[in-house]
Amino acid sequence: MKDTPLSNCERDFLLKAIEEKKRLDGRQTYDYRKMKITFGTDYGCCFVDLGKTRVMAQVSGELVAPKENRPNEGIMFFNIELSPMASPAFEQGRQSELSVKLNRQLERCLRNSKCIDTESLCVVSGEKVWQIRVDVHMLNHDGNLMDAASIAAITALCHFKRPDVGIQGDEVTVYSPEERDPIPLSIYHMPISVSFSFFQQGTYLLVDPCEREERVMDGLLMIAMNKHREICSIQSSGGIMLLKEQVMRCSKIASVKVSEITELISKALENDKRARKAGGRCGFAESMPQERITALKTDETSVEMTDASERANDIVENAEVPPQTVSSPVVPAPGVGQKCSIQFQPEGGRNVKTKTEKMKARTP
Amino acid sequence: MAGLELLSDQGYRLDGRKATELRKFQARMGVFAQADGSAYLEQGNTKALAVVYGPHEVRGARSRIRHDRAVINCQYSMATFSTAERKRRPHGDRKSTEMSLHLKQTFEAAVMTQLYPRSQIDIYVKILQSDGGNYSVCVNAATLAVIDAGIPMRDYVCACTVGFVDETPLADLCYAEEGGGVSSLALALLPRGGQIALLQMDARLHQDHLEALIEAAMTACKGVSKVLDQVVRQHLQEASVPSAE
Repeated sequence: MKDTPLSNCERDFLLKAIEEKKRLDGRQTYDYRKMKITFGTDYGCCFVDLGKTRVMAQVSGELVAPKENRPNEGIMFFNIELSPMASPAFEQGRQSELSVKLNRQLERCLRNSKCIDTESLCVVSGEKVWQIRVDVHMLNHDGNLMDAASIAAITALCHFKRPDVGIQGDEVTVYSPEERDPIPLSIYHMPISVSFSFFQQGTYLLVDPCEREERVMDGLLMIAMNKHREICSIQSSGGIMLLKEQVMRCSKIASVKVSEITELISKALENDKRARKAGGRCGFAESMPQERITALKTDETSVEMTDASERANDIVENAEVPPQTVSSPVVPAPGVGQKCSIQFQPEGGRNVKTKTEKMKARTP
Repeated sequence: MAGLELLSDQGYRLDGRKATELRKFQARMGVFAQADGSAYLEQGNTKALAVVYGPHEVRGARSRIRHDRAVINCQYSMATFSTAERKRRPHGDRKSTEMSLHLKQTFEAAVMTQLYPRSQIDIYVKILQSDGGNYSVCVNAATLAVIDAGIPMRDYVCACTVGFVDETPLADLCYAEEGGGVSSLALALLPRGGQIALLQMDARLHQDHLEALIEAAMTACKGVSKVLDQVVRQHLQEASVPSAE
């Protein structure tokens, strides 16, 4: 289905607001939306909520023959699915430009940076290695799919545990999780991508654009870093021209954001480990909030209110005095012979007679 | 490739170049008579052929027509005989689609598309021999082809791939240097304003080295722009000699 084009007034409104350093949801320029990470019951299944953008990553492993030019290294395979449930613009099966772009960016971010020790995935050199497959599904598209996908992928990889393997001579035995505890993957570092969107030919910059902001942006710069301040990947897209100073500034902002996000991921993994050890119920169903009709609750967003409240106070102070109102006026209904006993006399001395009084005065 | 020393103690690389030296540049414009613009470029052992058709009417999907500017359609492909092992590359595979998208993005920034509303410009690039720096050679070849076609551009688009080895930036990487986990940065630059049209980096690099690497890339691109300028002027001189008589 073709995307409905953005109306001109909406576009102008967004651009004007960005010029005045205001965002639609009240965030600051460098703020991320609220991020939530939850895990499924299996090892290697992870959901990431970035504001309203929702992404699911699932890691699975199987034994395959290795590639010919790398006989003692395991294989990593990444796949991002733009499911039509995420946005009406995504079509099932068709490999659109966005899908290719996201796939290649994730591959370069995670594979080329060698975040996983592939040699430890080798079982029998030249014959059997583990193929680790990461599938990322977009469940809801509200902007910044790349960041959500990279966080989901690396968190799922950290969460995943592969089955234990025993080798006796030529025989290879794969133990099920009940027989022997599964082993986690050996991960060197966690690359996380941060997206910067540029507006008005590079004059204004926003971190973590939402879907509306993405529609009006000129271009995007994606910087993937890990918490050791090593840059894993940089990719600029869209037809924008950047200056070297802009790129350097973005990399500094990215290093701050990445350390925050890495801390959040570690905390989420810790919580999940504790919950599983304590035997508590874990999984996707548990993590969904109870949304009953009688109990509607949304998270509070802190919005910068000082200048708005100042303006509001100004308006209230400078406004005219409102007309006086009576506490309980009696309005006589037409056609009913009501006796009107209250005489309405406003301040100022004007003697206004009510309708029934006027009628009484007329009738002789 | 653990045994290869990418930068020796005396400062020489695998092919004898110094750290900031570019590979040997040979270019020819106007190779095909049928196309509106064409160019053949050799940078060291990497050979690329670029062909430009346009601006012409938008073909195919009518929905792609833009009312205020031209649409640029890029296609990148590698010949099956271009790498050491003969490999049949299907046309729609992810890597070549990604490269085509990057080329499109680079040229949309540089070509003055507002002068040709409701039209399409096609840029086709083919790598005949691949020895590293594929993207950069494609961009340089395509720039020459666009100039040959007479399509106005804001500036030359020069690209170079630089790598970081032993705390030194190496300009214009070859294939042996690109493999082996060297952090490589591909940069497409419009030299006069110092504007970056495309920035792409893989493999780990510490944040403190980023500025030095981008600086080295920009210097290398400015060197490339001088060579491209020379090629264009020479081509025009050769073409205009008969009319001078």
